[in-house]
Amino acid sequence: MARSVTSQRKTINTVAAWTVGLLIFFPILWTILTSFKTEADAIASPPKFLFFAWTLENYAIVQERSDYMRFLWNSVIIAGGSTLLGIIIAVPAAWSMAFVPSKRTKDILMWMLSTKMLPAVGVLYPIYLMFIKLGLLDTRIGLVIVLMLINLPIIVWMLYTYFKEIPGEILEAARMDGAGLREEILYVLTPMALPGIASTVLLNVILAWNEAFWTLNLTAAKAAPLTAFIASYSSPEGLFYAKLSAASTMAIAPILILGWFSQKQLVRGLTFGAVK
Amino acid sequence: MATQHSRSAARLMMAPAVILLLGWMLVPLTMTLYFSFKKYLPLRGDSLANGLEWVGFENYVRFVSSSSFWPSIQTTLIIVGGVLFITVILGILLAILLDQPMWGQGVVRILVIAPFFVMPTVSALVWKNIFMDPVNGLLAHLWKFFGAEPVQWLSQASLPSIIMIVSWQWLPFATLILLTAIQSLDSEQLEAAEMDGAPVLKRFWFIVLPHLSRAITIVILIQTIFLLSIFAEIFVTTAGAFGTKTLTYLIFQRVLESQNVGLGSAGGVYAIILANIVAIFLMRIVGKNLDA
Amino acid sequence: MGTITLSKVTKSFGEVQVIPPLDLTIDDGEFVVFVGPSGCGKSTLLRLIAGLEDVTSGTVKIDGVDATTLPPAKRGLAMVFQSYALYPHMSVRKNIAFPLKMAGMEPAEAEKRIAGAAKVLNLTDYLDRKPGQLSGGQRQRVAIGRAIVREPSAFLFDEPLSNLDAALRVNMRLEISELHQTLKTTMVYVTHDQVEAMTMADKIVVLHAGVIEQVGSPLELYNNPRNKFVAGFIGSPKMNFIEGEIATKHNAATIGIRPEHISLSTKSGDWEGVVGVSEHLGSDTFFHVKTKAAGLLNVRASGEVSARHGHKVFLTPDTSKIHRFDKAGNAL
Repeated sequence: MARSVTSQRKTINTVAAWTVGLLIFFPILWTILTSFKTEADAIASPPKFLFFAWTLENYAIVQERSDYMRFLWNSVIIAGGSTLLGIIIAVPAAWSMAFVPSKRTKDILMWMLSTKMLPAVGVLYPIYLMFIKLGLLDTRIGLVIVLMLINLPIIVWMLYTYFKEIPGEILEAARMDGAGLREEILYVLTPMALPGIASTVLLNVILAWNEAFWTLNLTAAKAAPLTAFIASYSSPEGLFYAKLSAASTMAIAPILILGWFSQKQLVRGLTFGAVK
Repeated sequence: MATQHSRSAARLMMAPAVILLLGWMLVPLTMTLYFSFKKYLPLRGDSLANGLEWVGFENYVRFVSSSSFWPSIQTTLIIVGGVLFITVILGILLAILLDQPMWGQGVVRILVIAPFFVMPTVSALVWKNIFMDPVNGLLAHLWKFFGAEPVQWLSQASLPSIIMIVSWQWLPFATLILLTAIQSLDSEQLEAAEMDGAPVLKRFWFIVLPHLSRAITIVILIQTIFLLSIFAEIFVTTAGAFGTKTLTYLIFQRVLESQNVGLGSAGGVYAIILANIVAIFLMRIVGKNLDA
Repeated sequence: MGTITLSKVTKSFGEVQVIPPLDLTIDDGEFVVFVGPSGCGKSTLLRLIAGLEDVTSGTVKIDGVDATTLPPAKRGLAMVFQSYALYPHMSVRKNIAFPLKMAGMEPAEAEKRIAGAAKVLNLTDYLDRKPGQLSGGQRQRVAIGRAIVREPSAFLFDEPLSNLDAALRVNMRLEISELHQTLKTTMVYVTHDQVEAMTMADKIVVLHAGVIEQVGSPLELYNNPRNKFVAGFIGSPKMNFIEGEIATKHNAATIGIRPEHISLSTKSGDWEGVVGVSEHLGSDTFFHVKTKAAGLLNVRASGEVSARHGHKVFLTPDTSKIHRFDKAGNAL
């Protein structure tokens, strides 16, 4: 039962929430604004909020200096590829855990999650050596595999929670209707769990997109994604606010846009399927 | 529901995920353990092909006795604890605020979750330069505007600064989980409490907070997993200087900067032990909650 | 087409044996109802026939062919579930078409069968809707439609009416009975409601704790229950059981008398008692009568009888309708 609230109360809520919301969002907004300033305007004192000479030159310079499209493409392949591969491996596993649970199911799930706690830095050098040996260093396929592995526990966990919401009787009905395991998963389970799968995909694309340990340590020039692209701006030489902002905006824009367009799935996904 | 047939199918379908993760865990772990008992300095000509010198527990002893070890543990715990504290408290307050009736709730929600989309390298760089720079940073302007001396954020208040940056990134996550949990609270319970004469604060303390306990556990669990290994934020802002060297960063320096693989591996084993202590502790709580 | 034979079938979950060795034959074209209180193993038995669970030992034969290890898809049976188990993302048409698609049937032939089933079940106007847009009764019919298009050798129903409201349940009961008369296909129907069992079955199988208590036609069970459990379970309101002196007089440990076989009078009779609760249904009146001689008895009187709470009444049992049981509860 929603209670009627006085409009005065509602106004106060609105003002408070919008203030806090804008405050939290402000760093992003300011970065985007700064990216359209000239370098002089970017460090003007007092700072210029909206009234400055808007320009696109920073974007042109950043693109020229560091070939944005190549990094973007690497990010897309790495984030998309690792998520897709993860989903393909996780769907059957989550099906097993959700619909044919055994005494050990929960232990396996917990163990999977605990591999996520393995500090990456503890195994950095072995992975580094193996990558050299296998010729995977600075390749996209290498990163796809590593990011798939580090996110696999989360993908399995999320899919498991979503699958558990689907009544087992429907899958049994499919079995009675003559569906084999493949048809059961493909025609019945997957379409029914689609919102959950979409949330899982979105969250993992974001996690993979923003992953900044393996992507920084296992790539050099060829396979470097946007995390590395932006890290190259951390060196003090040639640090200009407007260009830094333009590069930052370009690095986060794809995910920001994706996130905003798929807000509903994302909000669901962001809770890792753990809270309803 | 299960027949022999579906049980064996289940085992088969679980195999790829289990085997991959087992390999991902065991192979590097074994190598790390192996290196940790060896003298392994690639720059001085040590290599796997020539065989490594066995040094017993020397690396372990050296790693712990190094003057940076205990401070790094302390730094790690302060950062993780600080961020958890801030995000949980602010997250609860924000979730309650966003749960109130208002205009434009959807838009506010988008604004609040936006920082989660920002990659750590970007947020670290933006905060470091555009906001926390002592000369041109926006915060410096703000301080000057109020007639105060600008703060040298990342050198004088390095730990609070990093905690602030990381909290900004993780606040959306905490808020969202807690908001979802609050929205699932049966409003009749609150109305019943109101009928029983419980004032607002008591209603919060005795009804809302217990209802949120599961969500808070999940926030703490998931954030701890990610916070224990934060790297980019420190790499970009202070590179471990000014007392911001976490255990993760210390090991990173030993392995990649000083190229002492043996010593770094011993550190890695310590990090794994630390993570496991935290993990066992957390898994206990979550394992119980997962059934519900 | 459509005989099902279970021989020495058992089922255990871990250490717990839910079905001790059990033999049962279901003949072609029969309407068989498994009835029993919840937890008696009736659904498990159905799922063993369906192949959704493995038997622990014993064999299941369908049409004389050993189907014990066949997966559900290969047994040629169709099932209607308690929750209907419709595919929520598919239209009614696609739901009904699903088993045909799985069987690889030509679209034209499939379309013909779907149209036929839809006509029989009054679903023609709803073929393009999603299950979420249908009422409970319509969903039930879709589930049945999905079962009949396959022309299975037998239908399995798992408490299909328990999610419907009372009025609809009576309707659907009739529809399923009619369907059975038209198709003449074997139907195995699980319910905990003895009224459903009595009204629909050719043969009732009464189960209790995984054991078959009695198999027989509805009237056989009503007239000649083999033991106290069946006697108490079949018939509504429940049979009265009387122990002690009255039972001894009939040479039994317990005697049973159905509420409809006791006549009630305000003037004279065998047992004197006081009316506790009276339920006036118009067509019948049910009384709970406290008697000194026989304890609390349920009595059913035809039509409206004006005795009320606190009234003194006299009860007389129809001695020819008395059931006698020994100490172990078996009928004498």
